[in-house]
Amino acid sequence: MARKSLGNIRRSFAPWADPAATPLVRFDGVTKRFGDITAVSDLSLTLYPGEFHALLGPSGCGKTTLMRMLAGFEPLDSGRILLDGQDLAGIPPHLRPTNMMFQSYALFPHMSVFDNIAFGLRQQGLPREAIAARVAEMLALVKLEGFAGRRPDQLSGGQKQRVALARALARRPKVLLLDEPLGALDRKLREETQYELMDLQAELGLTFLMVTHDQDEAMAMADRISVMERGRIAQVGAPEEIYEMPANRYVAEFVGDINVFEGVVASVDGEIVRLDSAAGLLILDDPAPGLAPGQKASLALRPEKIDILTAEPDGPGNKAAGEIWDIGYLGDFTMVQVKLDGEAGQLVKVALPNRSRKTETPIAWDDRVWLSWDVEAGILLRG
Amino acid sequence: MNRLRAPHLLALVFGIAFLYLPILVLVLYSFNASRLVTVWGGFSTRWYAALLQNQALLDAAWLSLKVALVSASLATILGLLSALALARSGRFAGRTLFAGMIAAPLVMPEVITGLALLLLFVGMDAERGFWTVTIAHVTLTACFATIVIQSRLVMLDRSLEEAAQDLGATPLRVFFAITLPMIAPAILAGWLLAFTLSLDDLVLASFTSGPGSTTLPMRIYSSVRLGVTPEINAASTLLITLVATVVVLASLLIKRDALART
Repeated sequence: MARKSLGNIRRSFAPWADPAATPLVRFDGVTKRFGDITAVSDLSLTLYPGEFHALLGPSGCGKTTLMRMLAGFEPLDSGRILLDGQDLAGIPPHLRPTNMMFQSYALFPHMSVFDNIAFGLRQQGLPREAIAARVAEMLALVKLEGFAGRRPDQLSGGQKQRVALARALARRPKVLLLDEPLGALDRKLREETQYELMDLQAELGLTFLMVTHDQDEAMAMADRISVMERGRIAQVGAPEEIYEMPANRYVAEFVGDINVFEGVVASVDGEIVRLDSAAGLLILDDPAPGLAPGQKASLALRPEKIDILTAEPDGPGNKAAGEIWDIGYLGDFTMVQVKLDGEAGQLVKVALPNRSRKTETPIAWDDRVWLSWDVEAGILLRG
Repeated sequence: MNRLRAPHLLALVFGIAFLYLPILVLVLYSFNASRLVTVWGGFSTRWYAALLQNQALLDAAWLSLKVALVSASLATILGLLSALALARSGRFAGRTLFAGMIAAPLVMPEVITGLALLLLFVGMDAERGFWTVTIAHVTLTACFATIVIQSRLVMLDRSLEEAAQDLGATPLRVFFAITLPMIAPAILAGWLLAFTLSLDDLVLASFTSGPGSTTLPMRIYSSVRLGVTPEINAASTLLITLVATVVVLASLLIKRDALART
């Protein structure tokens, strides 16, 4: 049976699905320890040419360490990193064909914008005219023409970010490493810069590896995301896979909001699984090979996939009764918390999109309501 | 800014007077026309003119200046190296001991250091003079230079150096293109501190100098034992002016550097 596509995007760029594609970077069983703490633990990951890859995780999950190992700043305890088939072991940072944009930007304060961007080119020993031409090209690329003579302390945060980007791109690295590239920008600027970075990456056809703790940033920009947990990769996939098909509860809860109903498998009928939970008998349509009645399992449900009804819905689909506990009006949608009936009284988050400016059926605190969702809406999580 | 209330103002005036009144008196009397040190005979700069005729004092001043220049330079180089070792080499074996040894001259009584150095030089049968005084001064001032430079190095954003390396600079290039320019104000401040410490040192110089190598503080001290003359006041005033200028310069450097980083 042909299943429906995930999310609402049709992607044409997917070299990871092509067994004949040549990878650009391969992390192969990489481990890094700091004293007693294992920052990166036996981790393997492959990046493809032209890919925008995001390492996503909470602070301390090892994402920055992984990137710094590729840049050459952290020696490996075991494993290896291949770039273009070449083992990077023993190659110092200044000889690696990677460049990094630092979180603090790390612009040299005693040099002008021109000299900052020219720094890497001068190390290559390029002739003076070639350097001037490349710097001008980079300044045009980041739309900072006319800023060549400025000092870093005469620039705004957004301008500093662009100079740092231009400096890192000037040497045409095989992989550009971005450490929280938008972390220091305010919200409005962050969104603009986000799309500019994506355009730039597509235009130059470069491979980007980005470290971020911000899931919106990762989801919006990356072709693929590696969600990291304590030195390991919990899941690698396109944003819609991570969101709609999380591999486990950690990923489900780290990326986006989610409601989890714990229960016991009541019956398995092909791909239709029935789950006995505190919220009643739940039905979901998610392939679960090897699942047997009596096993523990959970249903994970994104808030935007639930409907709020004022009367009990007809038919055999999923439904649960409760009352409205809390309402948060956020503009584009309203986040409603519904307290389910019963002893457990689980709170369920529901996102109501505000598609119209006015409504004839407003909701209020303490209203009695019914929740309803499609059998395909839920994600089956084992355990 | 809050206005000071009377008791605070009084305390401040008293404190400043306690610290600086003696110096003020010395400076005032250097402009005294009278030969008698304690009797005011009108304003005059004759003692400054007489100073220029006093060859022994001028020789001593020149020697002090040479010692200060050479010892401050040596101390700054040593200070830079030890600061780099302390701030950049991680936790090497013996680091704590090394840090303690660097800081020891700060608290070591100068008499002990001087005596120890004297015994060493005598034991080595070294001819005492310019170099022995200079070496003695380096042992004292290198720790000050180290501390000033180290504190700047610790504050320096490591990602600057990493960025330079990432952009293809060898570690040596990184040091000269990034690290050195960034810590230059601290290096200069360390040098200035070492310079003033050497210039006004009496104890170490007394132990380690030989015949014919009398520094300015030694000359002033020995003259005073024969009776204070307004000429000495004039010489001291010049010394104070020089030292004060250098110290103010050093603290301005450190302060400006700190401001630039915020």
